[in-house]
Amino acid sequence: MDKLSLVAVASIIAAGITMAIGSIGPALGQGRAIQQALAAIAQQPDERNSLTRTLFVGLAMIESIAIYCFVISMIVIFANPFWGYFVKAGG
Amino acid sequence: MEIVAINQISPDQVILWTWGFITINVTIVYTWLVMAILVIGSWLVTRNLSTGINVPRWQHFLEVVISTIRGEIREMTKKGVDDYVPLIGTLFLFICLSNVLAIVPGYVPPTASLMTTAALAVCVFIAVPFYGISRNGVLHYLKEYFQPNFIFFPFHVMGEISRTLALTVRLFGNIMSHEKVIGILLSVTPLVFPVIMQALGLLIGVIQAYIFAILSMVYIASATSAQEESHKAAVSEGIQA
Repeated sequence: MDKLSLVAVASIIAAGITMAIGSIGPALGQGRAIQQALAAIAQQPDERNSLTRTLFVGLAMIESIAIYCFVISMIVIFANPFWGYFVKAGG
Repeated sequence: MEIVAINQISPDQVILWTWGFITINVTIVYTWLVMAILVIGSWLVTRNLSTGINVPRWQHFLEVVISTIRGEIREMTKKGVDDYVPLIGTLFLFICLSNVLAIVPGYVPPTASLMTTAALAVCVFIAVPFYGISRNGVLHYLKEYFQPNFIFFPFHVMGEISRTLALTVRLFGNIMSHEKVIGILLSVTPLVFPVIMQALGLLIGVIQAYIFAILSMVYIASATSAQEESHKAAVSEGIQA
């Protein structure tokens, strides 16, 4: 295999692994957060508004970790800096 | 009707017109479109406001929007609601409209570009010390950086910068990923599934606009309301949950 296809293979595998591993943690975290929020709403239905708002903010915080992984894998696939370098070097 | 190709990660790369060092790309054009809709729409509605019994229907609409925003801000901060409504409301309306318009064919959300979201996050980054100093004074604001003692100063600074970065990448990643998912689905199952994902995209767009506004409000409130310790503690506990 020449260098260009090595870069392509590495990029695709790295993007898949990034998404696979990077979404495990946020999924577990979001599950726990929603579980606690549901329990809290069931106990105190009057506090529902502030609980929901805090839940959304917290979910956004957790979700951003998965989004970072997604952005990284998108960059690796679509805007890989090494790809352009090797295309230029190989002619 | 595809303006941004599937292998282009940002609408900044689609350049419509260039002259010298001035470049007009798709992001700028659609940002201007959203700004024009917001400005002209609110000018048309507020041109003839009435306080009588017969209230125009669009005035009703704007009143509902504004009072909802004011209510949300009032729950976050107990006083000085009117100071925050211009900034937070503008952020929410701009992001919400630019995300929701994504169902119009040929429209590319300007928030799918990293530059737009970075500019919005920098606005929040500047607004936090602005409101903090104008509410509590320079000394009191700077003292917050050295709580509980001076060792924590670099961590506070790092927190300021990293949360600006998080605001940027969260909005960009959500909207851009939605665009890419639609593009990929269109090439795999072009019949029904893209419609469902578009409908989900409306929900995601509104939630992201809400989260951006709420998070900016949390940051500003944590810089201004040092006396409301209990409220702040409740909010920051929720963030780390």
